[in-house]
Amino acid sequence: MAVTGAVLVLFLVGHMLGNLKVFLGADSFNHYAEWLRTVGEPALPHRTLLTIVEIVLTLAVVLHMWSAVSLARRAAKARPVKYAARVKPQAGGYATRTMRYGGVIVLLFVIWHLLDLTFGVVNPEGGSATPYDRVVADFAPGRWWVTVFYLVALVMVGLHLRHGLWSALQTLGLAHRYRALKAASTVVSVVLVAGFVAVPVTVMIGVVK
Amino acid sequence: MSERATSTGKAGMNLTLKIWRQNGAADRGQMVTYQVDDVSPDMSFLEMLDVLNERLTLEGADPVAFDHDCREGICGMCGMVINGVAHGEQRATTTCQLHMRHFRDGDTITIEPWRAAPFPVVKDLVVDRSAFDRIIQAGGFISVPAGSAPDAHAVPVPKADADAAFDAATCIGCGACVAACPNGSASLFTAAKITHLGLLPQGQPERASRAKAMVEQMDAEGFGGCTNTGECTAVCPKGIPLDAIARMNADYLKTAGK
Repeated sequence: MAVTGAVLVLFLVGHMLGNLKVFLGADSFNHYAEWLRTVGEPALPHRTLLTIVEIVLTLAVVLHMWSAVSLARRAAKARPVKYAARVKPQAGGYATRTMRYGGVIVLLFVIWHLLDLTFGVVNPEGGSATPYDRVVADFAPGRWWVTVFYLVALVMVGLHLRHGLWSALQTLGLAHRYRALKAASTVVSVVLVAGFVAVPVTVMIGVVK
Repeated sequence: MSERATSTGKAGMNLTLKIWRQNGAADRGQMVTYQVDDVSPDMSFLEMLDVLNERLTLEGADPVAFDHDCREGICGMCGMVINGVAHGEQRATTTCQLHMRHFRDGDTITIEPWRAAPFPVVKDLVVDRSAFDRIIQAGGFISVPAGSAPDAHAVPVPKADADAAFDAATCIGCGACVAACPNGSASLFTAAKITHLGLLPQGQPERASRAKAMVEQMDAEGFGGCTNTGECTAVCPKGIPLDAIARMNADYLKTAGK
């Protein structure tokens, strides 16, 4: 759970920073997308970096889900008789309680997101347009519901990260400074989500076009 | 025995109790509703159950079985899930130290045993916590040469380590952490023991093997996995901090592959 989660978080950091290139203009953004495919050429074949990233991420997602399912199954086995009274959570931790269903929502979002901006299947511009055009068309003011959907999904990602980041440190035995690390996890989650949210929102309100 | 004033000035409370009754491990068990009248706010939760049991005994009925011993909050015997919270909603409090002043006249209180597969119900609210004993037996000890006691200052212990070790050592093994954990994990209990011994010089030689043995025993008993929800430390009568679990994980990971 912790190790695969850490891989996914590292990817999110890179992904968020890459997205921000949209504010440097269409050329910069498109060139970045092109560079991701051609990096290392001609020493390395086309799409070497991207292919490696895709394989690592797919493995990480599958193993992350496998860990989650086995934890949930162990939990169900460890408490065959449920409490009759509604269990009142004592630790606060709204984000903590969203981890399992939130993870499923994030997965559904990722599938939509890949169909949308990677394969262009559900994108108004289709898969052949430049990445910049796809982004701008996707979050156009007339398609506000797409932006809203992305925002809701990103908040779910943020909640997932808020518990996940700290929890990973705890699982790996690094969380001796409880409060500081918990606060740091929250800050990193907020910064990541803010970075991701910036793109669809600025496109929708017409700052990026 | 009505209209009796109490020292806090509150009149006796009339309560409805929904209690899990189960006559032995083989019985299916069910919730049974009881009425208890004129409960003094000065009573502890267990004294309130004593009043019910006295009446049940007089009526020739089977009294409600529950674990208790010192009734001073230090032995770890008592414990029940009260309105969905292990040891009740009062923080850092065992059931015996929970007082009826935290309840109001007319309240309905649901009382259930710890729910976990490794804690089978013996009868009513009594569960078998031998699984904890087996975790301790797996490694919750230090091996020392027997003989006369060494000088107290022979092995210096830094103050911070002594404090943290003592905090962990206050675990009374009541099992509330398991009862409250949505995963039914015993990580806080096991981690408290590992932290207690692992922070002191006497615990160093067996530190890694202790963590490995105790964690493996914990898993073998059928407890769930920790997802760091923090429910355990929130209900812990001794407030064992969640840091303990990080220490346990760190010690355990050092043995990985060994």
